[in-house]
Amino acid sequence: MATTSIEKEDAIHPGKPVVVDRYNLGARINHWITAVSLILLALSGLAFFHPSLFFLTGLFGGGQSARVLHPWIGVVLFFSFAGLFIRFWRANLPEQSDREWLAHANDAIAGNEEKLPEAGRYNPIQKFNFWCMSLLIIALILTGLAIWDQYFYEWTTIPQKRVAVLVHSLAAVLLICIWIVHVYAVIWARGTLRAMTRGSVTGGWAWRHHRRWLKELAERRRFKKPATPAE
Amino acid sequence: MEPSPRTATSNPPVAASATAANLTERDLVRRSASTVPPPARQLEPVAKLIDVSKCIGCKACQSACVEWNDTKPALETNTGIYENPHDLTPDMFTLMRFSEWENPQTGNLEWLIRKDGCMHCEDPGCLKACPAPGAIVQYSNGIVDFIHENCIGCGYCIKGCPFNIPRISKVDHTAYKCTLCSDRVAVGQGPACAKACPTHAITFGTKEDMKKLADSRIEDLKSRGFENAGLYDPPGVGGTHVMYVLHHNDKPAIYSGLPEDPKVSPVVNAWKGMAKYVGFAAMGLAAAAGMLHSAFAGPNRVTREDEEKAEDLVKEKI
Repeated sequence: MATTSIEKEDAIHPGKPVVVDRYNLGARINHWITAVSLILLALSGLAFFHPSLFFLTGLFGGGQSARVLHPWIGVVLFFSFAGLFIRFWRANLPEQSDREWLAHANDAIAGNEEKLPEAGRYNPIQKFNFWCMSLLIIALILTGLAIWDQYFYEWTTIPQKRVAVLVHSLAAVLLICIWIVHVYAVIWARGTLRAMTRGSVTGGWAWRHHRRWLKELAERRRFKKPATPAE
Repeated sequence: MEPSPRTATSNPPVAASATAANLTERDLVRRSASTVPPPARQLEPVAKLIDVSKCIGCKACQSACVEWNDTKPALETNTGIYENPHDLTPDMFTLMRFSEWENPQTGNLEWLIRKDGCMHCEDPGCLKACPAPGAIVQYSNGIVDFIHENCIGCGYCIKGCPFNIPRISKVDHTAYKCTLCSDRVAVGQGPACAKACPTHAITFGTKEDMKKLADSRIEDLKSRGFENAGLYDPPGVGGTHVMYVLHHNDKPAIYSGLPEDPKVSPVVNAWKGMAKYVGFAAMGLAAAAGMLHSAFAGPNRVTREDEEKAEDLVKEKI
């Protein structure tokens, strides 16, 4: 029995409907700093990636300032994501039941969740995204430092910089793909976005998508007093 | 049509009245991160020929370069070598590199002096790598030039260059290198370094003339025992518009690491070619997969039943 998939901020508010706390304020702020920096990085990075997108540097005040800002935003993203990593890595560790869940991946994609083993706080696709993002961000910060000529020119040789810039662009492409999957999944599974805005989900959402997580919370009596009804 | 710029002589008389620049945007054959219309005229390809066997290492070319380009190379410390400054810098576009080489055949110590600087490749790696539209241009006479107002200082040209030439200024954060004195060539003059060279080790003219001159020099060198004398005009970069006559053309590396067979790195080609197509395809596919999934699978909504199940579970455990 996995006991790692509950975070300390998770709690059930009994009521009608049941509301379940999923992300506390710190986690949400942390997430949105990461999200904003990732989008800014994608926009400025794509401008350097292909001439047809160079106009995007206009959003950053021109080519020179986009070139200055991009790596610094990268540093913000790295530390911000590190915060998310520290918060969520345990709940994203692979477990035995993930294998069976993945064997039914077709049902997951078709939305037939009743045919799937009950998922914990994260399902295997979410875990896959999490670890991909983590590895890609490490690759991006390392290769990014290697091509941050303004401060780290001396650290690497020119042949190393060539490899770094190629790996940096490919890793960025993969990260953008993972990001598209992440954003799409949030839109597709209705009721997910509020976890990162209000910090909570409905009991029905938890029952449908992360039933084992909900059951564990109930089992451990992680209840909070019901939200006071509006006056 | 205006006449082609006069380029065949290094030291033509300077016209009494000002000459209009005759090397313009219309003469571009390549422009970084953008396309140019085919030029209306083809200028005569030019070249600078550096005859290493005639060089005495006086550095007049460096002084002339500093003078003409009005750069201020920083004063450095003497570390016991002749190079001054110790490397190309954003303020020193050309550099005499000195190496001592013991010829195994003759047992002689040879002092090899090479004037380093931009080679003005026919297939310029810097231009290929540059992401900023119009920051690097190539004219139909072969000159590769950096246009500073368009440069963003990213350093991609450094990664593209097979000769390790461009340097980024810490002052204005743009890339600098030898311009082949494009501003002098535009008014019919030769490069400042060629004008200053006291031994005519540096000559400038049409590429064809320079090749002929090189041939006569190589013949002379061969007659004097340098059997491997030859012209360095590396085909891997499509030839260059700065060429060397080397007494040991079979061993360019002995001249302070002149590359044997320079070409744009395959890594750079992959980054500027395959990576772009694969990248756009991958991102496009991910987005298309989302849209298709959304069209066929529809949204995944929480049902009333799900909510009731959750309420029952909570009631049971509370």
